[in-house]
Amino acid sequence: LFLQIFAFLALMCLILAIGNGIWEYDKGYYFQVYLPWAEGVTSASYSGFLMFWSYVIILNTVVPISLYVSVEIIRLGNSFYIDWDRKMYYPLNDTPAQARTTTLNEELGQIKYIFSDKTGTLTQNIMCFNKCSINGKSYGDVYDMSGQRIEINENTEKVDFSYNTLADPKFAFYDHSLVEAVKLSDVPTHRFFRLLSLCHTVMPEEKKEGNLVYQAQSPDEGALVTAARNFGFVFRARTPETITVVEMGETKIYKLLAILDFNNVRKRMSVIVRSPEGDLTLYCKGADTILYELLHSSCDSLKEETTEHLNEFAGEGLRTLVVAYKNLDEDYFQDWIRRHHEASTALEGREEKLSELYEEIEKDLMLLGATAIEDKLQDGVPQTIETLAKANIKIWVLTGDKQETAMNIGYSCNLLYDDMDDVFLIEGSTSDEVLNELRNARKKMKPESFLDSDEINIQFEKASKKQGILPDEQANGVYGLVITGHSLAYALEGNLELDLVRTACMCKVVICCRVTPLQKAQVVELVKKYKKAVTLAIGDGANDVSMIKTAHIGVGISGQEGMQAVLSSDFSFAQFRYLQRLLLVHGRWSYIRMCKFLKYFFYKNFAFTLVHFWYGFFSGFSAQTVYDEWFITLYNLVYTSLPVLGMSLFDQDVDDHWSILFPQLYVPGQQNLYFNKMVFVTCMLQGIYSSLILFFIPYGAMYNTMRSDGKAIADYQSFALMAQTCLLIVVSVQIGLDTSYWTVVNQFFIWGSLSVYFAITFTMYSDGMYLIFTASFPFIGTARNTLSQPNVWLAIFLSITLCVLPVVGFRFLKAQLKPTPSDKV
Amino acid sequence: MKSKMSFTPQEGEAHSSRCPDNTAFKQQKLPAWKPQLNTATVLSSFFLTGAFCLSVGVSLILSANSMREIQIDYSDKCSDCSKLRENSSNWNKECHCSVNFTLKEDILGDIFIYYGLQNFYQNHRRYMMSRSDAQLLGRNANIENYCAPFATYGNGTPMAPCGAIANSMFNDTIDLFYNINSSGIQVPLLKTGNSWWTDKNVKFRNPKSYNLSSAFAGTARPPYWQKPVYLLDGEDDRNSGYINDDFIVWMRVSAFATFRNLYRRVRRIRQFTDGLPAGNYTFHISYNYPVTKFKGRKHVILSTVVWSGGSNPFLGIAYVVTGTAATLTGFVLTAIHLKLRKKKTYFQKQ
Repeated sequence: LFLQIFAFLALMCLILAIGNGIWEYDKGYYFQVYLPWAEGVTSASYSGFLMFWSYVIILNTVVPISLYVSVEIIRLGNSFYIDWDRKMYYPLNDTPAQARTTTLNEELGQIKYIFSDKTGTLTQNIMCFNKCSINGKSYGDVYDMSGQRIEINENTEKVDFSYNTLADPKFAFYDHSLVEAVKLSDVPTHRFFRLLSLCHTVMPEEKKEGNLVYQAQSPDEGALVTAARNFGFVFRARTPETITVVEMGETKIYKLLAILDFNNVRKRMSVIVRSPEGDLTLYCKGADTILYELLHSSCDSLKEETTEHLNEFAGEGLRTLVVAYKNLDEDYFQDWIRRHHEASTALEGREEKLSELYEEIEKDLMLLGATAIEDKLQDGVPQTIETLAKANIKIWVLTGDKQETAMNIGYSCNLLYDDMDDVFLIEGSTSDEVLNELRNARKKMKPESFLDSDEINIQFEKASKKQGILPDEQANGVYGLVITGHSLAYALEGNLELDLVRTACMCKVVICCRVTPLQKAQVVELVKKYKKAVTLAIGDGANDVSMIKTAHIGVGISGQEGMQAVLSSDFSFAQFRYLQRLLLVHGRWSYIRMCKFLKYFFYKNFAFTLVHFWYGFFSGFSAQTVYDEWFITLYNLVYTSLPVLGMSLFDQDVDDHWSILFPQLYVPGQQNLYFNKMVFVTCMLQGIYSSLILFFIPYGAMYNTMRSDGKAIADYQSFALMAQTCLLIVVSVQIGLDTSYWTVVNQFFIWGSLSVYFAITFTMYSDGMYLIFTASFPFIGTARNTLSQPNVWLAIFLSITLCVLPVVGFRFLKAQLKPTPSDKV
Repeated sequence: MKSKMSFTPQEGEAHSSRCPDNTAFKQQKLPAWKPQLNTATVLSSFFLTGAFCLSVGVSLILSANSMREIQIDYSDKCSDCSKLRENSSNWNKECHCSVNFTLKEDILGDIFIYYGLQNFYQNHRRYMMSRSDAQLLGRNANIENYCAPFATYGNGTPMAPCGAIANSMFNDTIDLFYNINSSGIQVPLLKTGNSWWTDKNVKFRNPKSYNLSSAFAGTARPPYWQKPVYLLDGEDDRNSGYINDDFIVWMRVSAFATFRNLYRRVRRIRQFTDGLPAGNYTFHISYNYPVTKFKGRKHVILSTVVWSGGSNPFLGIAYVVTGTAATLTGFVLTAIHLKLRKKKTYFQKQ
């Protein structure tokens, strides 16, 4: 854009320089009687060359340098509004929204793709133990007399844990049969909870007697240990070698012999403990897919039942873990622990040796059951997602959860819904399968997209040499896409990328499950690469950092999982639902304000500068300025800076309530309708038109005429004063037209700037100033003598009318013929 | 601002809360006037401006019609004079020139005589800069920086006044004679009061000295001048030197290459109390100012004025055109609006 402005400037200067050459040849040469050429100037063409540079200096105001300062001020102001917004303040943990960068506000109004994490972003990341399956029996659901499952709500009777003095009062569970089982000392149930109270890395904190607080690395662990605590297996204390558990009121100290810790590859953890009775046991919990491979063949039937339960749990959006145990043989263990010791002190290949050892001992496990933990949705998430979807924003959820869980969350927060035409599942495990699935999906959404005649294919063929930007494609319905991390890995490989983007971007919703943090970033990168769209990534945990950094705008949820996401983000707040306010209200306003600001700023500088251009044709192309030097200096600095700042800090075309109620208002921003090349050319044309009026009306009005007292009026100083007064009033009226939200401040700035102009003008043109600074203020008396003339004011009024009325008419016509969404509201 | 906390105690709210202040400014809830371009205001503004412009335009044209103006191009009227002036060595030879004209009816009211120049680029930047305002205030000023190329002579004598503008001052003298009974009566003309008060009294001052010629001692007249600055008006010392009205008028440079400057006003005494009676008149011009060299033209103009100024019909016509256009556009917009009104839809509240 700026290059074009520079080219435009160069063109104008060139025209004027050539004009000067011709003029000096044709007229100036003869005029040398009264005005000899300057020293060193020997020919008309050399004079033209010099004049080129003079005009560069005079006309450089078309390149708005002060624009940058103002833009920064506006961005800063709009960032402060985000910080100050009480509707984005979360009282529970005292967190206001925070704009951590001030340069991206207007892009918030142009978001097309949102990439969201699930855990902690859509959900609260407060885990609670919700269901379990023990020894083939599922607990957790509540049934009424007739055996129908009933929904759990506020009134459902909670399980009474009063028999347990150490219970956590916040814990809620509704299925009484599990407590019965515990009370009846059912062996698998006891073993199940014992496992939960032993197999973890939680640290207890007991500030007061009986008031236990757990410090857990992951909220899941905390939830499980808390559950065990409430059911009577209270994890009380931990030393490096022991674990103290109060089992049904009876304190037991287990010797902790080994911890086989968790990592992303193993996806399980185990502990080996010796009970006070002397039994050696290995307890293990982990992801179902992994643990099922390690089970002893004797629990096949139990495995089937548990699988059924697991699917049921996952179908409800719960996070599941499988737990198993194994009794160890004393001799074998002693041998193992010796080798373990060797391995852990080995200098080379320690990791591999250890994991081999772990694998050796973690086999032939006995299945105990499964746990299901609920991660509750945050408040207002479904509504927010619905609103954002209406604003034509595409939402991609990237989660580490398994597919069933992810889809279920998708349904429960309105991402996926039953009215959708189809939800495609991409779960192929080879490159070809994935490609086929993607193509089939695309065929269904837009059958013609495989024909050679399809526009986009043609365009893409042409652009294939370069890095192509894909245009948006329209699907024939509302679709969702679910892709697993496994397939995603294939789809992100070179040749499938394109199919992935084309297919996925036609869908309204995309859910990627089981993705690694790296893949999250890759997906964002992919969309950035192929789509000309502003992307936003939102997440709360360390695993989202790469995605937040990759996307144009990163939003951090300051929630449970520490600060990494917030620290690398551009904006942060406490709840997902604030996203709609951030985008639809703050983003939209910032975008509209910035666009209005740019439009007006370019307009006012074009109108200002081009008058010099026209004057060049009448002043022998001599680089004579139209206005007083002081006016040129103060125009951008004093006379017009505050009104436009006022507008771009306070303007609201539609208030916040309506912006959220009508998310459609967001769409123009995504398409960048308010400031693009077309708009720029329009305001350039408007500026040219205004400058023509601003030059030729005063010219016509002054040409060969005189004042009402017979004295001459067409002197340069009067003309300058008249032109600059016209200009200033016209641009002030213009900003009045652009402002749709007149606060006191706007009024003050606009009227203030005009009065400051007249005050400064009269001061600078006064006798005193002239007598003190003779060389600086030669315009003495011009204001008094000229502004008292009726025909001057008539000319000023005419210029204003001619500049403003067409704009009013044009806007009115536009509103009538092609109403924009905000006109309709 | 950001870290400013509210210290007014509120029930149950901690003092150190990071909750933003609930002020209208911070919550962007400042009361505001939200004007909208609705049909009524737009259409009425078109019709009102249309009507206003039409009436102003018509009254401008009517008043312009009542004024009289006589413009005579005399650059070639005396061909020998213009030839003579082409050669600058003849600068001190006098050349007189008479221009006759006839008034068929009386011109009533104040009558002004202007000289007009064409193709004279007074608005050329280098020309316009070539003056020393300090010198014209009667101060001892360093004129070299301002007045080039007409600042000093080769021997170091400064020019007074200096600069291209002063040097090129219009120096034809024009007298007007009323011919009755073959004998001419000179029409009495006023040569002062033709410039702005601020120029005459503030912007231009003679150097202080016991008499005018000593005030300008040590300076020389500009090369194109026939007499030194203190003799610009030989009859009146208060109109000589820098404060000479003709000089002041000339120094107020024009914005365009075609311009007219006030030269004299008709003094309304004797038979000229009401203006100029009908009859034959002659301009006696001493032709000093060469214009043919730069392909210029010079005129002498007799004119009256009205409340809106001179004879320029531009404003009147422009107002009429604007008014008509605004009214027509108003009608077109009304038509479009009526046609589209039925189609217009509003968002329904979901």
